Amino acid sequence: MTTATANHDDHADHGHHGPAKGIMRWVFTTNHKDIGTMYLWFAFTMLFIGGTMALIIRSELFQPGMQLIEPEFFNQMTTMHGLIMVFGAIMPAFVGLANWMVPLMVGAPDMALPRMNNWSFWILPFAFGMLLLTLFTEAGAPNFGWTFYAPLSTTYAPSSVTYFIFGVHMMGISSIMGAINIIATILNLRAPGMTLMKMPLFIWTWLITAYLLIAVMPVLAGVVTMMLMDIHFGTSFFDAAGGGDPVLFQHVFWFFGHPEVYIMILPAFGIVSQIIPTFARKPLFGYASMVYATSSIAFLSFIVWAHHMFTVGMPLQTELFFMYATMLIAIPTGVKVFNWVSTMFRGSMTFETPMLFALAFVVLFTIGGFSGLMLAIAPADFQYHDTYFVVAHFHYVLVPGALFGIIAGVYYWLPKWTGHYYNENLGKFHFWMSFIGVNVTFFPMHFIGLAGMPRRIPDYALQFADFNAIATVGAFVFGFSQLIFLFLLIKTIRGGEKATDQVWEGAEGLEWTIPSPAPYHTFAEPPHVK
Amino acid sequence: MNSESPKSSNQPGPKPGNTALKLVLAAVAMFGFGFALVPLYDIFCEITGINGKTAGPVERVEQWVDTSRTIKVQFLTTNNAGMPWEFKALQEEVEMHPGAWTQVEFWALNPTTEDMVGQAVPSVSPAEAAQYVQKTECFCFSQQKLKAGEGRNMPLIFSLDPKIPSHIGTVTMSYTIFDAGAFAE
Repeated sequence: MTTATANHDDHADHGHHGPAKGIMRWVFTTNHKDIGTMYLWFAFTMLFIGGTMALIIRSELFQPGMQLIEPEFFNQMTTMHGLIMVFGAIMPAFVGLANWMVPLMVGAPDMALPRMNNWSFWILPFAFGMLLLTLFTEAGAPNFGWTFYAPLSTTYAPSSVTYFIFGVHMMGISSIMGAINIIATILNLRAPGMTLMKMPLFIWTWLITAYLLIAVMPVLAGVVTMMLMDIHFGTSFFDAAGGGDPVLFQHVFWFFGHPEVYIMILPAFGIVSQIIPTFARKPLFGYASMVYATSSIAFLSFIVWAHHMFTVGMPLQTELFFMYATMLIAIPTGVKVFNWVSTMFRGSMTFETPMLFALAFVVLFTIGGFSGLMLAIAPADFQYHDTYFVVAHFHYVLVPGALFGIIAGVYYWLPKWTGHYYNENLGKFHFWMSFIGVNVTFFPMHFIGLAGMPRRIPDYALQFADFNAIATVGAFVFGFSQLIFLFLLIKTIRGGEKATDQVWEGAEGLEWTIPSPAPYHTFAEPPHVK
Repeated sequence: MNSESPKSSNQPGPKPGNTALKLVLAAVAMFGFGFALVPLYDIFCEITGINGKTAGPVERVEQWVDTSRTIKVQFLTTNNAGMPWEFKALQEEVEMHPGAWTQVEFWALNPTTEDMVGQAVPSVSPAEAAQYVQKTECFCFSQQKLKAGEGRNMPLIFSLDPKIPSHIGTVTMSYTIFDAGAFAE
């Protein structure tokens, strides 16, 4: 075994060279730990960029009237905020966690296709660099919402739409290759003895997520290609004048879009399913039902897409079908929530930072789920659609949902990655500031939405002013709290109390059988799983 | 030390390359599926009849006329944004028996100094009535070319299938006219 060193950068396994030195190490690396680290730093950078855009939005919305920016730029901010957060922060962060942890948790030496893994990552900075550069062009960045409905995104789009389309193609290829790699690794490289029903839940949720990615990212690629053809090659997929239909865009987009939101949450379900048993010192309640529930959610996610389109003019039977199918998803999701709670029942609990984020996830994601259930009721949705009620819903499931899941995972595995415990007091401070900030920001949005405030508007009627002001204050608290996290990460990488291999008393799984920090190469010999 | 190179294909064991190939094919197939959705939607809606779109043209057949009731049929016209034509129905509404063939006229005028091509797209309310609308002639079946300053009457010859449910008392036929110059045939 290697001698443990404080910095995982300069490991040297006897018989192996250590990692290359300098920047070219990162350009050419095929090591899943390096690539996972790059994905995570990339995602964190995107989080701050998208977060800055959010603060620009919230600053303008602090008071009624237009004070700070032009409406045209506001539309660019809302669009780019969504695109950056969805495709640049949340998804790459989950892929980064997968890259780090999937090989370790299944006892594999690396991902199945390490060189493709490198390419999957390096596409992203170029894709997002191109997208962000459009902000500095005269025509401006994409301004048609992250859902880019046609014809706003075709006939009426700024010239940056073509770069947006290419960026989506690139990012989509990255995601598809990443998903292929994850499935190939999980299905082929598990250590002997690790049957499917012995895999950790994080592996199960990522396996299912990867299948969703392969199924729907190509459909997204298809819809942006249709846009490209309408814009540049004279077709009329979405133009009624030529025999097409704008509603077709919505159907094809949301056929991708709904599974996409499950892609953005299932890995968080997996992370929470690892963390709660650890800090309750009790095995996960209902392992098999968790697997079946996740599979049911994934299957159902393909047949509910039109609940994003209830007001578009669909036939009654269609609205009813999508309403009932959407309500059905609450059942397997409820199974999972009850299982997390049951795991804690009569457990021996402590509340370190990962557990705080995981518990906040369970409560706040459930609240987001409840507003989702309200939105599922088609006739009621006619009131809620395109209001801040929807904004509240998806921010609850994405921020204290997906993002808290990611942060929980980072705190949980950080000592394994770096070899140091992070400062628990700073971690808890980060948690409480984030928890307060996120709720102060997004809870009032339920009320202004119900009271009728539309989405994607730079100015609003006076009766919405007070809650908008509150939300803006919360947003600044939440945003600046993430600087605590940045500080903590850098501090922990550079030093701190040495972490044991086990790290957490109640932790189970192969990743806790290797040293902390994890050696550059691990599981060169597969472990045997009982 | 165990090597990390991929196993050769004639050995037993994990075959990530095979998995990867199958998944690439699956991804390509889903890309095709996305495009296939374009005709698939039309087919699905036609088979289930829930389209809300009118079909046409149909053969004019003499059919049973249900004289026991009349249905009010209203005609609406809308211009798509930026479409400068005059476009209106010459009759606001007709009362007709289901099964009876009726002709109404629409007026369109191109007031600009350029020759233009228009395309009218129909919409029927309530949506469930659309499947009972039978049209033998409609200006919406083809592009309408109007020279600069030209105007003309455009006929709509239609009937309502006598099988139209009794709870439908009013049918609204709405036409939106688009500038189809980019797609001129």
